[in-house]
Amino acid sequence: MVFEYAPAPESTKIVNLKSNYELFIGGKFVKSKAGSNYKTINPATEEVLSEIVEASEKDVDEAVKAARKAFKSWSKLTGSERGKYLYRLARIIQERSRELAVLESMNNGKPIRESRDIDIPLVAAHFFHYAGWADKLDYAGLGKNPQPLGVAGQIIPWNFPLLMLAWKIAPAIAAGNTVVLKPAETTPLTALLFAEICQQAELPDGVVNIITGAGATGKFLVEHPDINKVAFTGSTEVGRLIAQTVAGTNKKVTLELGGKAANIVFDDAAMDQAVEGVINGIFFNQGHVCCAGSRLLLQESISDDFLNLLYERMKTLRLGDPLDKNTDIGAINSAAQLAKIKELTNAGKSEGAEMWSAPCDIPNKGFWFAPTVFTNVSLSHRIAREEIFGPVLSVLTFRTPDEAIEKANNTPFGLSAGIWTEKGSRILEVAHRLRAGVVWANTFNKFDPTSPFGGYKESGYGREGGRHGLEPYLKAGK
Amino acid sequence: MSNIDVKRTAKLFIGGAFPRSESGRTYEAKDKNKNFVANVALASRKDGRDAVVAARAAFAKWSEATAYNRAQVLYRVSEIMQGRREQFVEELSLWSKTKKQAETEVDEAINRMVWFAGWADKIAMVTGSNNPVAGPFFDFSIPEPTGVVAAVAPENSALLGLVETIASIVVSGNTVIVIASESQPLPAVSLAEVIATSDVPGGVINILTGSYKEIAPWLASHQDINALDLTGVDKKQIALELEKEAATNLKRVLRPNTKLDGLARIKVFLETKTVWHPRGF
Repeated sequence: MVFEYAPAPESTKIVNLKSNYELFIGGKFVKSKAGSNYKTINPATEEVLSEIVEASEKDVDEAVKAARKAFKSWSKLTGSERGKYLYRLARIIQERSRELAVLESMNNGKPIRESRDIDIPLVAAHFFHYAGWADKLDYAGLGKNPQPLGVAGQIIPWNFPLLMLAWKIAPAIAAGNTVVLKPAETTPLTALLFAEICQQAELPDGVVNIITGAGATGKFLVEHPDINKVAFTGSTEVGRLIAQTVAGTNKKVTLELGGKAANIVFDDAAMDQAVEGVINGIFFNQGHVCCAGSRLLLQESISDDFLNLLYERMKTLRLGDPLDKNTDIGAINSAAQLAKIKELTNAGKSEGAEMWSAPCDIPNKGFWFAPTVFTNVSLSHRIAREEIFGPVLSVLTFRTPDEAIEKANNTPFGLSAGIWTEKGSRILEVAHRLRAGVVWANTFNKFDPTSPFGGYKESGYGREGGRHGLEPYLKAGK
Repeated sequence: MSNIDVKRTAKLFIGGAFPRSESGRTYEAKDKNKNFVANVALASRKDGRDAVVAARAAFAKWSEATAYNRAQVLYRVSEIMQGRREQFVEELSLWSKTKKQAETEVDEAINRMVWFAGWADKIAMVTGSNNPVAGPFFDFSIPEPTGVVAAVAPENSALLGLVETIASIVVSGNTVIVIASESQPLPAVSLAEVIATSDVPGGVINILTGSYKEIAPWLASHQDINALDLTGVDKKQIALELEKEAATNLKRVLRPNTKLDGLARIKVFLETKTVWHPRGF
């Protein structure tokens, strides 16, 4: 049974958008030296939200200079004083959380239920967690008196814009580094609002610098000779380029890249919970999740029953206005991403897999893709190997736990995995043998600032979150 | 009556066996006075690839061995090294300034092996964590070996540097292909013989003699290697090129001159795995 819901859109009045934004360098919004402008849109409506600078090489240089200048005093500040600034940021984020959530959904297309209940609360929690680390760095695992690296160049993706900003900035500045951060081309707005929050918190000028732009701007940042650290979250393809660019330098690098997670359901799993977990695993944030459970591995004996339950549940998913509180599936973030999803789903069909999409009305404007399942998938299919980064699930089957593990590990990626079974020893054995950085057992897509996150193999290196997340921003003291 | 010495053939160590280079090549090792010491196997690209196959095959079992077992196996290596102390001293003396220097290095190398052996069952305690997440979940992070590691051992620390390289990599469950000091290869050849008689499963430690300049590029671009230790690379340009090759499958890279030792070195070749499970009745 599907209930009819009246529309319940969140008001956008809480957000005061400017018609254009400048770069945030040295604590002030400044005009670009040579960059051009581009428009950032709402992917659910295609309406223009604001005009943004595409920062030039000169702008990047100005930002790095500002960060270098700020590093001198910021790194000398006592940890407890630095920590108080981070606590301020955490508190202001909490105070302005509704505004941030609405803006995040407007610029990204994700359901307000997610930006309001997951993204923004985690952003505040992340700053709060690392605030407390700032004066406890002796316990970070690098011995007494560890030292910050200097200026960090940070590049983040569009799928969790403000959350990825928090994952990058909080540990970096807690450890005494200063940062130049580039938000994703399509989702710069909450980062720019965060710049205003830095001003409200009276964060010293230049500790956080935000430069907007696309790949070229990011490249200038990575190549800049005066940064000491590169932190990147995004595609494996770009991650490789970054690793090549920094080769032979002293720049430290952490990379959080793509994934193709297996979500393994055993025959003794609690079926209804597993169905919810699989739904959450792949349709959370429209599948724009590097750790999405995009390969469903079903034990053969339950595969038909499970798929029937899954299809029934998928028919109740509500796709539409991201700002509506009842929406489950929001907009695809960009036309380019939609094209990529379509390319891969077409490849799935032409390679012989069977496609089923949940019946739902697709709005006339904006970018949308209905929740989709592929069956008859073989391990060699592109939809089983490549990251789709959309609401598309590829289903494979297995007979024995060994076969499940073999198939789960048969990928160049190694970011995450899921296990559904009621048997404790099986959970621990399978978790142990999966080559993935995060394993969710009888749950999926859970995140916490105290919980280290990051990949094996071609999903990148380094961890974010918790004590482990501090290490990439510190070096051993003398 | 005089007795003629039986001289040893200096071979490679791959998969627990002692093959010659498949290329049939050797090179002349010379001592500090430029006198001929031995013909040493000159490893080729194919030897490197064979070693990767052996290291990959050995990984599943070695990484699954209990930490207590790995600790005992590495400790056993130090025991056999001790028994061969005089041989190591003699070999190192071919290149060291004084015999005293050679003795110090051998003793330190044995001690270092003992020290690393003891880490096996402590790494998880020191680097793992239980994570107090804000919700009804049990959540913990544990270290795991990254996989197959290729290493260039230091050129001028032919035994101690080699022991440090090997022990820091395999103690956590990784397997290794190590390129030994090119100019001072004999301690590596002897260490291979020690390892072969020390309960180290075949393929866990593979030792190649020859030129890293020739072999390392093939290993850096090999898609079944997970990490690259460039400690012994003494040419900046080569280190840069190797790191670039390593990026093709995002190998973890330990750059030259990072001067990491001890636990920090072990940590380079670890992954962190975080596991979540809900709490509830």
